[in-house]
Amino acid sequence: MGTHLPSTEFDGTAVDDQREADAEAVMGQPPAQMVQLLGPDGKLGADPVYSSYADKLTPEDLRGLYADMARIRRFDVEATALQRQGQLALWVPLTGQEAAQIGSGRASQPQDYIFPTYREHGVALTRDVDLAELLRQFRGVSNGGWNPKDTNFHLYTLVLAAQTLHAVGYAMGIQRDQKLAAAAGKAGNEPDAAVIAYFGDGASSEGDVHESMVFASSYNAPVVFFCQNNHWAISVPTNVQTRVPLSNRAKGYGFPGIRVDGNDVIAVHAVTEWALEHARQGKGPVLIEAFTYRVGAHTTADDPTKYRGSEEEEAWRAKDPLMRLEKYLRAEGLADDAYFAKVKADGDELAAYVRRTAHDLEDPDIRAAFANVYAEAHPLVAEELAWFEEYSAGFAGGDEPSAQHGAAAKAGH
Amino acid sequence: MTTMTIAKAINEGLRATLAANPKSLLMGEDIGPLGGVYRVTEGLIGEFGPDRVVDTPLAESGIIGTAIGLALRGYSPVCEIQFDGFVFPGFNQITTQLAKMHARSHGNLTVPVVIRIPYGGGIGSVEHHSESPEALFAHTAGLRIITPSNPHDAYWMIQQAVECQDPVIVFEPKRRYWLKGEVDTAAPGPSGDPFKAHILREGTDATIVAYGPLVPVALAAANAAREDGHSVEVIDLRSISPLDFDTVTASVEKTGRLIVAHEAPTFGGIGGEIAARISERAFHSLEAPVIRVGGFHMPYPVAKVEEDYLPDIDRILEALDRALSY
Repeated sequence: MGTHLPSTEFDGTAVDDQREADAEAVMGQPPAQMVQLLGPDGKLGADPVYSSYADKLTPEDLRGLYADMARIRRFDVEATALQRQGQLALWVPLTGQEAAQIGSGRASQPQDYIFPTYREHGVALTRDVDLAELLRQFRGVSNGGWNPKDTNFHLYTLVLAAQTLHAVGYAMGIQRDQKLAAAAGKAGNEPDAAVIAYFGDGASSEGDVHESMVFASSYNAPVVFFCQNNHWAISVPTNVQTRVPLSNRAKGYGFPGIRVDGNDVIAVHAVTEWALEHARQGKGPVLIEAFTYRVGAHTTADDPTKYRGSEEEEAWRAKDPLMRLEKYLRAEGLADDAYFAKVKADGDELAAYVRRTAHDLEDPDIRAAFANVYAEAHPLVAEELAWFEEYSAGFAGGDEPSAQHGAAAKAGH
Repeated sequence: MTTMTIAKAINEGLRATLAANPKSLLMGEDIGPLGGVYRVTEGLIGEFGPDRVVDTPLAESGIIGTAIGLALRGYSPVCEIQFDGFVFPGFNQITTQLAKMHARSHGNLTVPVVIRIPYGGGIGSVEHHSESPEALFAHTAGLRIITPSNPHDAYWMIQQAVECQDPVIVFEPKRRYWLKGEVDTAAPGPSGDPFKAHILREGTDATIVAYGPLVPVALAAANAAREDGHSVEVIDLRSISPLDFDTVTASVEKTGRLIVAHEAPTFGGIGGEIAARISERAFHSLEAPVIRVGGFHMPYPVAKVEEDYLPDIDRILEALDRALSY
């Protein structure tokens, strides 16, 4: 993290220099201080704090992290293809961000609760969400798709940053649960839980991110803010959102901010594990900025060639999260050709499953939409549903346009 | 039966809720030691502590957004928005998140958040402190909107709002906070269902529908009309969403004339919705067009002229004359 403005006397020159340095650090040129354990060359480095967390990862864990990243990348390719073939209305690709998502998701515990944006397919995988269900929203058959109570993985939120406040509120609930349990003499019966709030560099400009950090700090809520800085908010680069590295912002709220190499799954896992422990121990929130890159388009409706050069994409492909872990696993003798072939075959099997299931997703009935507007009975919804049933019944067996007209006019539709 | 003001009745209702439901909590700006700018939460932090009566940072989106998160964790938060005109920083969370959570989760999630909003004018205040934005919320499916007009309803409706599994906005008529009335804290009696309208007085010549701060005005207008020989029925709507069209329709079928009064501007307002529905449901009973009495299409005016803006007895009587002239 950079140094900060002088507090005792105003030194205009120092401020200007710092401002310039901070602005350059936003985009990582020159590289700002960043936690990295596994470099693009596949060599594992050391960190005074986080190496002890990385050391806990067994060879099986490391192979698992690779397999997860490979599976979700294969899934991403399949979903993109499904969109191109007209099976999905839209897809939001994650390629390039696998390490940030798998590393953080795998660091969470079952009792933790996750609030994703709409791109956290990799985190969903780590929470055992059925990946075919992720497609429901993009196929237009659901605005959700899964029951968050099954996996503690909340529904995707499309209004940027709205979920960061839900995450803090949820964390405030965890705090109260702990006090209620203690009052009932049941302290420690349940494992301590924390919350992860995902958002992106674009959403960091939303007021809800600011408010969520203020609330989290004021109440010392057990929440980890996990910002994937993928460098592009559709077409706008991160340096339009911020003039300082995003992780620096935590200092203004009074909690730790850490920039981690978002393409280094080992470092992401270590930093997230540390942050979740910090939160669960009642030490308050943490901001993690995962410095990564959206290699593909914002969505399948986007065209990155209009706003960025291919050389930038190529430079980031050289930092690919899967490639570097593969290098490491091979160099350490932890995985061989047969292993990687099996990972590929598993990915293809997943893709086939997702394709088959997506085709089979049943079109919903609008009656289900009527049923879930309210939790309790509501006369207007009941009245409109009754009208709809009557209107629909008019089409049953031989169309009688005049009869339908009558029903419509009677109920005012 | 106890005599108390509307503000005290809400205070007692909140106290009863906090005592009965350990998962309920209050959140808002200045609601702790100060007791809220209208003292509605006075004394509660002392009884229930700062985890149940939460002074929040000054951020309305933050209040609603964290309340949603608390509700997802199984809590029943009651948020206080300090003034009507300050709800808009929280509008996004209310309309895009709170209102839709149950629907988009296929009913798997419920978010029983209550939002209390002191609303309406007549207090001689500065801008943003006298507005009636209820129609903006009524247009959003997934929300319920109620507004008490007397202490007994205020005491029970706030508790019923917390018990409801849907999000409920309680618009509190701030210029009536000091209105006194009898409260039966033992039983709600006819106020058992917060979403039903009440017929406050029966009549045969015309119906006046009002809610919140204009209910006493509607009653006074009906009294004045009686001196002129007109028998006027007065309905306190109580709930804006859902809206009890059955009660209003039955009344209009009897009286043939309908006046709807609210402080909010008439254009795009609740009165227009009532007029449209009643014209569909009771067209052949109507002897006159439904007439709306409400605010003008302007930003809420400065305090020195708000008396010209707010519907009063004479404005309602003028509308009644027009309705009776058909």
